[in-house]
Amino acid sequence: MTLVKTNLNRRSFLKVSALAGGGMMLSFSWLAGCKPSSEEALSLPKEWFDLNSYIKIGDNGLVTLMSPNPEFGSNVKTSMPMILADELDVDWKNVIVKQADFFPERYDRQFTGGSQGIRQGWTPLRTAGATARQMLVNAAAQQWKVSAEEITTEAGMLHHKGSGQQASYGEIASLAATLPVPEEINLKKFDAFHIIGTSRKNVEGQNIVTGKPLFAMDRFQEGMLVAMIAHPPAFGLKVKSVDVAAAKAMPGIRDVFTFQTLSDDYERNGFDTTTFTELVAIVGNTTWEVMNAKKALTVAWEEAADKNVVVKGWNGAESILIPGGIESTEGHKTRMEEMARKTAEVLRKDGDPDAAFKKADKVIERTYTAPYLAHNCMEPRNCFAHVTADKAEIYGPIQAPEFIMQALSARLGLPKEKIQINLARMGGGFGQRAYGHHMVEAAVISQKMNAPIKMIYTREDDMTYGIYRPTYTATYRAALDKDNNLIAFHVKGGGIPEHPVSANRFPAGAVDNYLAEGWKLNSNITIGAFRAPRSNFIGGAEQSFMDEVAELAGKDPIEFRLELLRRAKNNPVGKDNDYDPDRYAGVLQLVREKSQWNEAPSNVHRGVSAYFCHNTYVAEVLDLVIKDNLPVVEKVYAAVDCGIVINPDAARNMGEGGIVDGIGNALFGEMTFVDGVPQKSNFDKYRLIRQKEAPKAIEIHFVQNDLEPTGLGEPLFPPVFAAVANALYKATGKRFYDQPFVNDLQTSEMRM
Amino acid sequence: MAIFNLNINGKKQQVEVDPATPMLWVLRDHLQLVGTKYGCGIAQCGACTIHLEGQAMRSCQLPVSAVGEQAITTIEGLSEKGDHPVQKAWLEHDVPQCGYCQAGQIMTAAALLNSNPDPSEEEIETAMNGNICRCGTYLRIKAAVKTAAAS
Ligand code: FES
Ligand code: FES
Repeated sequence: MTLVKTNLNRRSFLKVSALAGGGMMLSFSWLAGCKPSSEEALSLPKEWFDLNSYIKIGDNGLVTLMSPNPEFGSNVKTSMPMILADELDVDWKNVIVKQADFFPERYDRQFTGGSQGIRQGWTPLRTAGATARQMLVNAAAQQWKVSAEEITTEAGMLHHKGSGQQASYGEIASLAATLPVPEEINLKKFDAFHIIGTSRKNVEGQNIVTGKPLFAMDRFQEGMLVAMIAHPPAFGLKVKSVDVAAAKAMPGIRDVFTFQTLSDDYERNGFDTTTFTELVAIVGNTTWEVMNAKKALTVAWEEAADKNVVVKGWNGAESILIPGGIESTEGHKTRMEEMARKTAEVLRKDGDPDAAFKKADKVIERTYTAPYLAHNCMEPRNCFAHVTADKAEIYGPIQAPEFIMQALSARLGLPKEKIQINLARMGGGFGQRAYGHHMVEAAVISQKMNAPIKMIYTREDDMTYGIYRPTYTATYRAALDKDNNLIAFHVKGGGIPEHPVSANRFPAGAVDNYLAEGWKLNSNITIGAFRAPRSNFIGGAEQSFMDEVAELAGKDPIEFRLELLRRAKNNPVGKDNDYDPDRYAGVLQLVREKSQWNEAPSNVHRGVSAYFCHNTYVAEVLDLVIKDNLPVVEKVYAAVDCGIVINPDAARNMGEGGIVDGIGNALFGEMTFVDGVPQKSNFDKYRLIRQKEAPKAIEIHFVQNDLEPTGLGEPLFPPVFAAVANALYKATGKRFYDQPFVNDLQTSEMRM
Repeated sequence: MAIFNLNINGKKQQVEVDPATPMLWVLRDHLQLVGTKYGCGIAQCGACTIHLEGQAMRSCQLPVSAVGEQAITTIEGLSEKGDHPVQKAWLEHDVPQCGYCQAGQIMTAAALLNSNPDPSEEEIETAMNGNICRCGTYLRIKAAVKTAAAS
């Protein structure tokens, strides 16, 4: 058992109160687990401890758990309450989970992204559950006049063996609510878990399969109007003039007007938009009428000039140039090739790479590229807003409500307390829904119309608005000595507008002479977080290159990686290596065993890949066959080390999704630009992976250990790109360097 | 504007709309049957799939004026208690992630099993290929269709 404290200096981590109709409510802080260990977590700075979630125990024994983190499909709404329910010792079938709305004063931080939900919630959720349980035990001890130590709990019941007394939580809850919160409580030993580690169904399953209104898109309110926006058709353009007459005269249309979302001098955070700050709004009675009016709209656009905006990030405020001008993919390629030849910022250097490359027996150099990607959440951007003179209600899909609150408040001229953001289930997020511009737009339109409105992007609006995954490139060099040892390694990566290199990741630490460099170019094409930012490119590039280096060294690709990891463990080079070589090797060994790596069926072409990001280690083996000149992914094996797995079947679902998404983007994902115009605007042109292209089978194996849990939404995604490339190489004899691979596949005898 | 008498989920419904209005928006905006989803508007994603006389149909491309007397079924009307074999199989396999595409997936699957109660692996893939799932739940979808077929 782990003993943890429940109280903090100034504010209480946990607070108890009685429920009006009987029962108890325990409020607690969800954020207390930003640091992974319990000891650390509970000695966090006191200002992190705002009360931000609660347990309700009704006198009927029903337990309600609030889930503050917005849900976009990673199943936090099920798995996070499971952690709490386990420590509380309740029967899962008596637990009701509710989505908490955004209450900054009560919850402080409500963010889903970066695969951090479970990791950050682990300790505070357990502490809260265990504390509530202890209070129920204390109350029963008082009522029965026995020692609390003699009371046991099970499935929402309290038992005292000696006297034979028993009671349900519900019967004791009202009394428990009057007791002080214990100063210290014991957390369970891991082997005592009875909910954690068992598969539990999605708490929203029934609502989803029966089509219940769970999404902001589904919101309806009497008197509600429908709004759409028109944004510039190209990056680098802005509104010159609008002829609203024709659109306004269309049936069902209430108003057509231009509006400003954020002014150029507004101090932004990293999740605010920098372009398309002036839009045209079309407001009417129904979606179809507004869609038609949007088509009748004539807008003249003009080129936008250079501008500077101030963006406040982790390291303070920074002025960023948003260049004017019209950009194209062709131009980007040329500029990126130029940059790749120039000197770049040195991110890490160990030993003497120059000298090592000079004296090497063999040197290999390869360049990898990847295009911009659109997130393409199945639910296009949308938001409901009802803004009146003194308050605003916003209901929409948002991963990071706190980051848009400031913009809403500034733009609406309302203090934050007057703005209520309610969190809808999201029809996909993938990072894109961390950017809340759609909320500002809906709110401004509602304010202007003085009516509740639901703003909807068409698929075309959504795909061409921006906030894309950046375009990247990386050039790798490796040097082998005459015994085929890797003696030097060099990565130089760049992108628009950021570089993808994480300098302290593998193989840093495993090579004596190591150099990592990065460069970047700015642009007016907006970008944003996309499932495993940066890793989603560099993981695949690095692991494709490793495959080729292993081949050049005449070594088995898994054994080659393990050899390097042994080096990193026994005699690490440099410092700040950000991975644990044993856990890294562990997933490689597990995938080797599970895939029977050395006994691949003869018609199967296999690729292997391994990566560590978002605190989780993943290795994957992908089996590909060629059928009628078409590559078919027969099977993917994944080995994952994410510590304790809370909800194994849901975890596997997440993992399968990451793998399918990775295969899809490796093969098909691509957004290009001509004269600033995104070249794809709907699913007829933008190819997404479909049922037929999905792997025929996926096997996910978790490393069994007692380590604290880490996330799963992202880590299975980056390595797949290389697993696909490496398997395609085996099948075709050709290496694939440029994503999406379909472009090169179409020119071979193969078709996809 | 014109008046249409529709037969939706076994109920008569009257709407007054532009005859060109796609059924998708009639359902969502006029009848508050919002289980049917908008994903692309151009018959590419399947999120808007409904049944017209038991056949899977993209409601974003189906003008209300083309419906006439034909019976429409939406996800809300697939079963009274949410216990259609396909819905049950979906829960058994815990298919959904974000859930946005799933009504369309379920409607396509239910229509497939109506016309072909024992589809082969390939027939399932072909029938389900028009429904995009951005979250990548394809394997579970296929497994759930097989379970539903077997029940
Ligand atoms: S919305 Fe009809 S097929 Fe996509
Ligand atoms: S479950 Fe999210 S799109 Fe299918």
